[in-house]
Amino acid sequence: MLLTFFWIFGVIAMGSALLCITRKNPIACALWLVVTLFALAALFVLLDAQFIAVLQVLVYAGAIMVLFLFVIMLLNLGRPGPTDIKGPVGVLAAVVLAGALLLQLRVLSAAQLPSSIQLPAGTVAALQQQQGMVAAVANPLFNAYLVPFEIASVLLLAAIVGAVVLAKRKL
Amino acid sequence: MLLSPALAISAVLFTLGVAGVLLRRNAIVIFMCVELMLNAVNLTFVALAQILGMGGQVFVFFVMAVAAAEAAVGLAIILAVYRHKQSVSLQNMNLLKDG
Repeated sequence: MLLTFFWIFGVIAMGSALLCITRKNPIACALWLVVTLFALAALFVLLDAQFIAVLQVLVYAGAIMVLFLFVIMLLNLGRPGPTDIKGPVGVLAAVVLAGALLLQLRVLSAAQLPSSIQLPAGTVAALQQQQGMVAAVANPLFNAYLVPFEIASVLLLAAIVGAVVLAKRKL
Repeated sequence: MLLSPALAISAVLFTLGVAGVLLRRNAIVIFMCVELMLNAVNLTFVALAQILGMGGQVFVFFVMAVAAAEAAVGLAIILAVYRHKQSVSLQNMNLLKDG
């Protein structure tokens, strides 16, 4: 049952990703990407990462894609025009290179993880049961990963300042 | 166990993102394909977090923060380029090309 739902949402994600890279209109691309992001949020729920799934909808499908649509509409790119997809040679090169990459990734994901680094089955589920969904993520975030967390806040500050400097005509 | 289907879907999504970057000329669409690749990696992180511990889910956090920063700065760069060239097609961005 779980596996069936997983494949349903997986196929939705892959199909809408394919539509996203083949639609001519950038707004259609953005909307198909939103469908992919929602399907990925469903996959996160099925993988016992409910909090990450909520963040995926709020941050990705909400904030980031709205930013993309804003820029597309600001630049008035939605109007019909010549396609931006490359010619037959470019398509062939893209398909061949992507196929080679897919083959490599399949070989890589077939590798067995050494059992010494794996947790006993059910450890993460038990942790989430015991601490709750949010606390199970927050505990490592604010203990073991505190320094990266602070660095991320500096990165976001730099991004805000950089975006203002780049997008403003005159300071 | 959902690990191997998750890794398979993630591999396909990443490949589609790479194919999109190779296929398109519109800078904004290429940018969206990069976001698709980041999301494919997020799926791998979450899938492996089930057997390797919560660190994977924490890293999804950081990937999202970096993606948000990247989107803000990248779209600002695209706006600046558009103001300069009146186009977002990568065909017109050949300032460093010889001849």
